[in-house]
Amino acid sequence: MRPFTYQRTTDASSAIQALAAAASANNALTEASSQPLAGGTTLIDLMKLDVMRPTTVVDINPLAASWSNVSVDNGNLRLGALARMSDVAAKPEIQQHYPVIADALKLAASPQLRNMASLGGNVLQRTRCTYFRDVSYANCNKRNPGSGCAALQGFNRTHAVLGTSEQCIATYPGDLAQALIALDATVEITGRSGVRNLPFSELHKPPGDTPGIETVLSPGELISAFSIPGRWPRSVYLKARDRQSYEFALASAAIALDMQDDVINDARVALGGVATVPWRAREVEALLKGQKLDDALTGRAAEAAFADAKAGKHNGFKIALGKRVVSRALHQAATMEI
Amino acid sequence: MNERKPSRPGLNRRGFISAAAATAAVPMVARAAGTAGTPVAAADPSLPVDLSLTINDTSKSLRIDARTTLLDALREHIGLTGSKKGCDHGQCGACTVMIDGRRVLSCLTLALAAQGQQITTIEGLAKDGKLHPMQQAFVDQDAFQCGYCTPGQIISGIACVKEGHAGSDDDIREYMSGNICRCAAYPNIVAAVKQAAPAMSDEQKG
Repeated sequence: MRPFTYQRTTDASSAIQALAAAASANNALTEASSQPLAGGTTLIDLMKLDVMRPTTVVDINPLAASWSNVSVDNGNLRLGALARMSDVAAKPEIQQHYPVIADALKLAASPQLRNMASLGGNVLQRTRCTYFRDVSYANCNKRNPGSGCAALQGFNRTHAVLGTSEQCIATYPGDLAQALIALDATVEITGRSGVRNLPFSELHKPPGDTPGIETVLSPGELISAFSIPGRWPRSVYLKARDRQSYEFALASAAIALDMQDDVINDARVALGGVATVPWRAREVEALLKGQKLDDALTGRAAEAAFADAKAGKHNGFKIALGKRVVSRALHQAATMEI
Repeated sequence: MNERKPSRPGLNRRGFISAAAATAAVPMVARAAGTAGTPVAAADPSLPVDLSLTINDTSKSLRIDARTTLLDALREHIGLTGSKKGCDHGQCGACTVMIDGRRVLSCLTLALAAQGQQITTIEGLAKDGKLHPMQQAFVDQDAFQCGYCTPGQIISGIACVKEGHAGSDDDIREYMSGNICRCAAYPNIVAAVKQAAPAMSDEQKG
């Protein structure tokens, strides 16, 4: 790990000042020379691997006093960004009204990591692409722009089949983000010029020609909260993986349904483990709305979800697996007791 | 915290490691002599910083590099080698400790960020020469072979019970999944957590 200056801040404005001051104007957030430290489960790991090399680390954990509240007001959910994954997963109101959020959190990582990791840090978790994480591979467009992509011709079993580009096929690794994007969450961002709100679907950027730029956040901007309109008691997060526990998704689906009798009034579908960014499948939602859910419909929905999928040498199975995950998650959501 | 005091002059392996850790700390302090490290921010990242950690109810003052993880602070600077370094990347759970009663990974925690919090390690569990019920259960159930993952397993097992996730074998397996056992002592680990759960609540009532 390279030397860095550690700063601990007790209020948001000094944290933002410290982060912005240490960063040069042009670099992307993920390569900024100053990094905020919350749970540290991604940052410290990647600093040990020499993938992230901040010269200033700003410990924002003291902000948790004001940034970790979880509240439901007028049916709207607000999640403080420094709330810890395990604490949010354990809340009865989350389990009851937003099971897709509770499950996405509960099925992520390990109990220790969930005790440490903040919600804000979790949605910004970096990819697990082995070529990104191993600096002995020079060719990674995410780490070294313009250097090429070792995964394209390498071992790409865990890589993405949706949202890929010629420059990068790294999978977005998280779980919570799929629940948030499905439920039309808003991200509250606190920066030098105050607070701005952004649809969660606009937070992450697909790799395109600039895989190094993963979000629209600038250095000095911090996620302070997420908010979600309405309640979604009929919702599930289904995660398929190599191990039963403590493993990243090979394919996952966040599904929320609003049903009247057997008919789907509203549907939300997001996919994880298969895409380069948190993936909202709006074409699937359009297909489901106003319909009665049966095997034929779930089959069409699953096909539609992966209509544009593009597999590499080793990850073609994800398309078949992902379709089954979508079908099963739809059935689970439709038949769950609420 | 029990400071380790060799009861006999001969060196055993553990005593040697402790002594080596104490010696290794000397050059660091010497390097820092005359500099005023501050716990809040160091202007020059190459200089060590002063910090104070509360470990097993005992306060420890250290002068260390800002990069030092809590795990390395415990093992290399304080001489508490019970917490183990397996992967050093938050994947194996061997380094699990409690911070303010929550199980966390000390290998992904900066020592600097752990100031002002109550840190509990495997060395802090036994009270008055009596093993913690979880430690006793691991002995009774033979819940290890090589023992390297055991301190992490025991800390995690205690948290698993306290969090209310020891109700069934499946629950225990799920909530102990962050602790890998290369010897695959898993069935006995589940049995140990099951044995300790009622003993822990009895002890609380008592």
